[in-house]
This record gives sequence, structure tokens and C-alpha cells, in this order.
Amino acid sequence: MSQVVISVNHLAKRYGKIRAVDDVSLEVHDGEIFGLIGPNGAGKTTTMECVQGLRRQDSGTISVLGLDPHKDAATLRQRIGVQHQEAHLQKRIKVWEAIDLWSSLYERAVDGEALLQRLGLDAKRNAWFMTLSGGQKQRLFIALALIHEPEVVFLDELTTGLDPQARRAIWELVADIRKRGTTVFLTTHLMEEAERLCDRVAIIEHGRVIEVGTPAALVEKHCPERRIVYTSDGETHTLTGEGDDFVTGVIAQIARDGTRVRGFRTEFPTLEDVFLKLTGHGIRD
Amino acid sequence: MRHGLNGFWKLTWVETKVFVREPMGLIGTLFVPVLLYIVLGRTLRIDVPSQAVQVPFNLAILSALFIGISAAMSLVAIISIYREGGILKRLRATPLSPVTILGSHVVLKLAFTAVGLGLLVLAGRQSFPGAMQVNVASFTAAVLLSTFSILSMGFIIASIVPTARFAQPISAATLYPMVGMSGLFFPIDRLPPFLQIVAQGLPTTHAVALMQGVWDGAGWGAHLGDAGALVLIAAISVAISTKIFRWE
Repeated sequence: MSQVVISVNHLAKRYGKIRAVDDVSLEVHDGEIFGLIGPNGAGKTTTMECVQGLRRQDSGTISVLGLDPHKDAATLRQRIGVQHQEAHLQKRIKVWEAIDLWSSLYERAVDGEALLQRLGLDAKRNAWFMTLSGGQKQRLFIALALIHEPEVVFLDELTTGLDPQARRAIWELVADIRKRGTTVFLTTHLMEEAERLCDRVAIIEHGRVIEVGTPAALVEKHCPERRIVYTSDGETHTLTGEGDDFVTGVIAQIARDGTRVRGFRTEFPTLEDVFLKLTGHGIRD
Repeated sequence: MRHGLNGFWKLTWVETKVFVREPMGLIGTLFVPVLLYIVLGRTLRIDVPSQAVQVPFNLAILSALFIGISAAMSLVAIISIYREGGILKRLRATPLSPVTILGSHVVLKLAFTAVGLGLLVLAGRQSFPGAMQVNVASFTAAVLLSTFSILSMGFIIASIVPTARFAQPISAATLYPMVGMSGLFFPIDRLPPFLQIVAQGLPTTHAVALMQGVWDGAGWGAHLGDAGALVLIAAISVAISTKIFRWE
């Protein structure tokens, strides 16, 4: 986990007068799922596209697999896979045609049919792109990103607009990509997604990274409080405290008192709470 | 290198299939120019020149020019739709070079121009025996060079078009007036002096002069200036496009 695959130092990028990325520094390690999380317009996509070499930064340095995304673009594109936010393909391209075309663009490619099967798209191989559901389209984009067995995969807002069931199916696929040893760099504004998938996250706000760490460590650091809600004798009681000892203590106390408890639940803060605490607003505000 | 070429032909072949699956585009490219020729040919009675109203322009050249214009309009539409849908951006993230991505569309459009022209010649000879007397190879070459020059200007138009919705109206508003002042319907020296200069800078003007020359039996040698102008306009358009082209 220690080898650095992507290294970004003091990245800045403007569009006219708008500072899309102000000062972003981050490191992505080999074999991890790294999430860049923040609200729309925070600079996630711009950062990711600079790292992919699709945009040229105004200042700062970027290294991906030891390569410069601009100078070594040709070499790098053989070694990274990308999926773009809200992307489309030709309306009337068939699934297998897209896979076949993409296979021909790289020096090496995996078996396209096996990949379609792995992503659950084999039944749709002859379907036109325009007839696919949102989840199927995203699975096809994942397939195109994986066709050449890249060392790093970039996934930009992969599950935005999908229903919960399709979203969960995609999460399993992403976890599977990591299991196969590929590093994943993703962006999302869905905190549940980040919490489920990411080994580490960077929270980005107004073009600046304001915090980096594992989801659990960030929650522990910024929102250590736990909430216990229990019902007894028809009354609901709420207790707050910090740390795991607090929960154990409350349970022990209830047991000692012989209180008859009808309902009991522990509420843990989430990344969403961390975000709220750090920025003063919710991620969708 | 062999690998890149493989990608180019694969992309061109996929784009061909995708294009053929869209009925409206195919009809507009292949059949509308033929229909234009036959309907106007009947109306103007080009088959009986002695009895007919004096046909004021060469209908075959208008139809051929129309094929080239349709190709350019289709190119502008496709580029703007692909840009809006992020397809251009996605292709750019592959090892394909920008020239390959856009070049495959040019090759595709030129191929369909050749097929459209073939249909035009066949239908013309069938409908009006004796009316389509031209060296087909030389005329095809003239049409393809003309279309290439118009297509390269299409990339400039595609760079200006803000969204896919504006592709059709903007390319029509740019390209149709070019046909109007191309010298096909009236000599360009009847235009105001300023517009004469503008006309000299447009591919359609030289396209019409070259096609007319080939039609009349004059060789390419007599129209090297027009052929050169078409190449020059294409080169300038490509140079401008590389500066202003937007991938997203």
C-alpha cells in the first residue's frame, strides 16, 4: 500500500476568472481506492482531468505511474483507464462494437467477451448504446476503462443518476477492480459511496483539499461522538458521548439498572457529518 | 504505428455502421441530391435542350455541390453531437490521436460523397439519356477535392456552433449563401466588389469553377488555380481549426 502511484502537488487551474482548482495536493497509493469527495463545482473533475492529461494545469506538478500526464501522454494512455462523468457513446453503436473498437486502440487487450460476462453485459452485446439503461451504460464504460488491463482506473461520478439497486451493483464491480490489484481513483459527491468503497478520501472544497484520510479516521477525528437512542416504558431516551467505551458503558448501566428496553440503537456519525463539520454546509447545499 | 492505423480503420468502419443505421442521415446524403437532380431535371426539361426553357445553370454541378454541402452539414452535426455527449472527450482519452479521431469522419464523408455521386450519375443517365456526358473519373475527383475543402471549413463551423441544437441552422446559414454566390447561378463579377473578394475566398466558388471546367471538357490543367485554391482553403481551414477546435 505504500508505493505512490499518483502524486499531485499544489495543482491550480483557472477557467477565465473562475478558479476551478486552487491548491490541490494528494497522493494515491498502489492498490487502493482513493476518493476525491466534495460538492458539485468543488474542482473534482478538473483535478481528475488534469491528472489524466486531458487538461493542462496552470501550475503545480503531477506524476502518474512516474510519468508526466502531458509529456508522456501516449505512454500513459496505454496504462490508465478512464470513465467520464455523464459520458455517452454513439447512439447506435453496439456494445460488442464498442468493446472491439476499444480493444483495437491499445497495445494489449483482455478478452472482450469475458469482460462483458464479468460485468453482466453479455446478454446486451448486440444492443445499441441508446437502448441501454443507465446502469448498463455505466457498466459498459467500466468495461471500456478496463479493456487494456490498466494499472490505474479513473472513475468520475460513476453512479450519479443511478437508482439504488444499480448503484450497489456498480459498487461491487469497483470493489472487484481493486481486488484484482488495480488502483482506483474516483470522485463522488455521494458520501455513502465514499464510505462504502474508498480506502482513503480527500475532501475538496472550493478547489482546495481540506482533509485527507481513511473514512473511519476522519469520522473519529472530527465527529467522535456517538448517539444512543433507546426506548423503555414508552419513553425514548437519547444519550451522546464519545468513543466505544461510551457505548459499552451505557449497555452495562442499563443492565445494572434492570431497565426493560424495547428498542435500542447506536448512531454513528458518517462522512456526511464530517463534511458538514468541516465546511459548515451539507454536500448537496 | 500499425496499431494506430488499425484503430483508424476500426473507428472509420464503426462510424460507417453507426451512420448507416440512422435513416435520415443516409437519405439526406445519398438520395436527396439524386431526387433534386431528377425533379429539377424534369421541371426544367434538361433532356430536351432544344425545346426547354434555357436551363440557367448546370443541374449536375448543383446536385454534386449539394452532396458536398450535405456532407459538411452532416459533419458539423455529428461533431457537435459528439462533443455535447462527451464522445469526443472519451475518444481523446484513448491512445487515438486527435487527427485520427476527426480524420475518420472526413474519410467517411468523402466515401459517402463518392457513393452519392455514383448514384447521381447512374440515376441521371437512366432518367435523362445524353444529359450526363462527363468524364466520370475526372468529375469525381473534382467533386471529392471540392468536398474535402468544404468539409475542412465544416470544422471551423463546428468549432463555432455552441450546442448541437444550433448545428443545422448555423451550418445552413453559412453554407447555403456560399452556394448562392458561387458563380453557379450568375457570374460572380455581378456581385458587389466586396462580395467578389469574399467569394474568391470560399471553397464553393472554386468548386463550381473546377467542376464546370471538367464538365465542359477542359482538363485540370486549365483549372489548376481553382484546384490550388481549394487545397489552400483546406490548409488554412485546418490550421484555423487546430487553434479554435473545442473537444468539449
